[in-house]
Amino acid sequence: MSAHKLVRMANQIAIFFRTQPEEAAAAAVADHIKSFWSPVMRREIYAHLGAGGEGLEPLARAGLEVLKACDAGAYDGVTK
Amino acid sequence: MSLSREKDYGTPLRTSQILVTLSIDGVQTRVPAGTSVMAAAAKMGTQIPKLCATDTLEAFGSCRLCLVEIEGRRGTPASCTTPVEDGMIVRTQTKRIADLRRGVMELYISDHPLDCLTCSANGDCELQDMAGAVGLRDVRYGQDGERHRTVAVDDSNPYFTFDSSKCIVCSRCVRACEDVQGTFALTIDGRGMGSLVTTGGPDFLNSECVSCGACVQACPTATLNEKSVIEMGAPTRSIDTTCAYCGVGCGFRAEMQGDKVVRMVPSKAGKANEGHSCVKGRFAWGYATHKDRITKPMIRANITDPWREVTWDEAFTHAASEFRRIQGAYGIDSIGAITSSRCTNEETFLVQKLVRAGFGNNNVDTCARVCHSPTGYGLKTTFGTSAGTQDFKSVAMSDVILVIGANPTDAHPVFASRMKKRLRQGAKLIVIDPRRIDLVRTAHIEADHYLALKPGTNVAIINALAHVVVTEGLVSEAFVRERCDLSDFESWARFVARHENAPEAVEKVSGVAAHEIRAAARLFATGGNAAIYYGLGVTEHSQGSTMVMGMANLAMATGNLGRDGVGVNPLRGQNNVQGACDMGSFPHEFSGYRHVSDDATREMFEGLWSVTLSPEPGLRIPNMLDEAVEGRFKGLYIQGEDIAQSDPDTQHVTRGLRNMECVIVQDLFLNETAKYAHVFFPGSSFLEKDGTFTNAERRISRVRKAMAPQAGLADWETTLAFAKALGCVFAYDHPSQIMDEIAALTPTFTGVSYAKLDELGSIQWPCNENAPYGTPIMHVERFVRGKGKFMITEFVPTDERTTQRFPLILTTGRILSQYNVGVQTQRTANNIWHDEDVLEIHAFDAENRGIRDGDLVAIQSRSGEVALHARISERMQPGVVYTTFHHAKSGANVITTDYSDWATNCPEYKVTAVQVQRTNRWSDWQEEDRASGDLLRIIERKADAAE
Repeated sequence: MSAHKLVRMANQIAIFFRTQPEEAAAAAVADHIKSFWSPVMRREIYAHLGAGGEGLEPLARAGLEVLKACDAGAYDGVTK
Repeated sequence: MSLSREKDYGTPLRTSQILVTLSIDGVQTRVPAGTSVMAAAAKMGTQIPKLCATDTLEAFGSCRLCLVEIEGRRGTPASCTTPVEDGMIVRTQTKRIADLRRGVMELYISDHPLDCLTCSANGDCELQDMAGAVGLRDVRYGQDGERHRTVAVDDSNPYFTFDSSKCIVCSRCVRACEDVQGTFALTIDGRGMGSLVTTGGPDFLNSECVSCGACVQACPTATLNEKSVIEMGAPTRSIDTTCAYCGVGCGFRAEMQGDKVVRMVPSKAGKANEGHSCVKGRFAWGYATHKDRITKPMIRANITDPWREVTWDEAFTHAASEFRRIQGAYGIDSIGAITSSRCTNEETFLVQKLVRAGFGNNNVDTCARVCHSPTGYGLKTTFGTSAGTQDFKSVAMSDVILVIGANPTDAHPVFASRMKKRLRQGAKLIVIDPRRIDLVRTAHIEADHYLALKPGTNVAIINALAHVVVTEGLVSEAFVRERCDLSDFESWARFVARHENAPEAVEKVSGVAAHEIRAAARLFATGGNAAIYYGLGVTEHSQGSTMVMGMANLAMATGNLGRDGVGVNPLRGQNNVQGACDMGSFPHEFSGYRHVSDDATREMFEGLWSVTLSPEPGLRIPNMLDEAVEGRFKGLYIQGEDIAQSDPDTQHVTRGLRNMECVIVQDLFLNETAKYAHVFFPGSSFLEKDGTFTNAERRISRVRKAMAPQAGLADWETTLAFAKALGCVFAYDHPSQIMDEIAALTPTFTGVSYAKLDELGSIQWPCNENAPYGTPIMHVERFVRGKGKFMITEFVPTDERTTQRFPLILTTGRILSQYNVGVQTQRTANNIWHDEDVLEIHAFDAENRGIRDGDLVAIQSRSGEVALHARISERMQPGVVYTTFHHAKSGANVITTDYSDWATNCPEYKVTAVQVQRTNRWSDWQEEDRASGDLLRIIERKADAAE
């Protein structure tokens, strides 16, 4: 998928959860993407994140950082 | 199976805690208070002669054939209009009554043609039956009545005729149109012997009649009769089944001669419809045997090649070989499948099983992705389960009905009739819709509040309604305190109380006057039982899931959940949308809405299926197409869906399909998607298979095979054979065994079996040890998730904005006579009502553009351009245009965009910025589609290719 589309989707998710407290919001973004995005979509957004993450809202970026750590096995937080 | 007829009790049966004891013809009987003498007699097996009475209608008392004697009463009262009383002594057969009845019959017959032997209702005529029942042997007044004989037969309707010469003016048709359907298209014109049933128009076709069939059903003679019966004669056997059109899921009796359908008759025992029907289910079944049906499997190497008919074995071997080749070349995740909301639960379950266990990934999705996926997400988040809360009959207990983003009279007509009945009884109505739907003002109904919002501002409106509830002290505190998470409620209450959610602030973005929002909110919160009914006008937005949660918040805050008359109720589009979702069609969850990452659930499936399953969510339909465009997704098995027509941004969809190396389409017809397919598995209609559908009220109903599959295999058998060719061992001899497996693996279905469905007629899930007979109303004592969860629903305007280039908003919808992408209804006479999609536009916008009614206009968006004929319409508000998407040649989804719901990727069909201008040509896309469409559908037939 195009990075542009994935960034847009991640930002939409972040916008929904931005009304929650900061830490919970990032975890909620991470949990949502973990629950609904396929591994290939996650890998692609991580690649975009690694390349600077252009266009990502701060909360989307924070959520993806949480999830990336989780997918790498280094996170034992809220996500499944 | 023989021909069965449902018993007619003459008047509606009543329910009451109070039982009344009476004597009928010397036999004591007890019936609920309010029951008529006629129905009480019928219940004990005594049929009192009748003509104007039938148990789908309230008693009328006009025919005077059902007279009885009641001890202590003067005269001979009509048994249909006389309620039972304790100690009543009734005699239904005396010489005096017999003479009276014969006298009445003589009058009827004196003006009725005596052509019984050649009459289309011969053997199915109540007048004929009653003449026999009363012992009519002579007609003293002669038999040459001329009252009706000069009136020509009205055969304008494509499905039934009206022959006034056979009319006995019993008013059953008029009353059915009023009381059952709620259209009021018929009336009695004239007086006495000059009385005639009339439509008020020149004929049925050019009247307000909606062809629901209620009048035909009610008619006791051949006055209103199906053309199929006139042509074929009386049916000889019948099979109980379920309609395959919309999500209402009406029960029908398929009445047959051999393997030919004579007519479809709505079943009174069908709990979704209680004997009512609409033009689609009642009459538009001819597609099932249409000449366009593809009945032989076909393959081709490239989509530009002609189709080649092959044997089933060759088709399965080729398809399996291609899918395995693709996985070998591009990886295990390079293929997937789409299940169908038109197929049965069992077929859907099989396809998702094939993907998970056979393909080895979770790349399975369903068309609910593009309609009600936000319902699943929103209701599961707030209430704990992905389904509506009520049964349909609950609406009869509603005091306030809020309809948002739904057009029930067109899209869910049988349920709409129930709703209209309640509204005529005095329930209040709030309609929130950018387009002035029929329900806003129709016969004997007018919305108390019509909130004509701008498309895309649903969430702003629902927050404003909640704002009024919270700030004006209208919260049902007891309900919230007892049933909901208080911490979440307090956060939510603070949020909705903010200034930006006040009606006065929302007026600016929504276009709805603040005082109207306030009045609607007050009515909803204080008017008694308040129910929300909604459709795709809620879900198909970038904030679709947010809106579903917003409605759930409003229902919880006002205490409108967990009993009759209330609730949050999605009106599902296709017949088995609910079931397809229940069966694990989404890529992230198994049947019963359990996430694939849940180890315990996955292990249960792995244990039964003897495979290792992926714990990761698969690709959703839009993601599959995106991946295909990128060149990584190469194979797709599509059962009973037409994504090239129904999904948004058509050119993106077809780019994805063209990029795939093996697209398998399983369908009744060579649909739009099949133009891009390499393998075609001929499908089977609902008349050709066994299974179950689950309707919008979670009601599981049986689909029963009425005829052999035209292509030799039912859809479930096709999937089974395809799975076998892929090396999967799925062992089922009958769909009932698939249901047994569903029950074994799905906690909400553990009590469901074909035996129980046969016993109960239908079952609303959850059906398990806690609810052995099913669950009509959800969340009665507690929410499925425990405490109801209020969610903060901030309004975020869609990115799809009007600009100078695209200054209008296009929104899309459905019409009564057509169904979804039209492959079924366009192969019936329903085209007489809607043979093309048109663009509805307000006179102001039309005048600004020099557009006259009927002009061809170009509609341009950032995605594409099509041309449609314009219809200037007062339904539209300035700035908003509307079309339906039923005809492939229209290409309505060429214009829609790839914007989607934040949570589920459900496309934002309802908001597309467009420009409209006069044109004198079809769009390039339409021209190319017509030119290439025929080429991509060529079939190279070989007489001996397939058996």
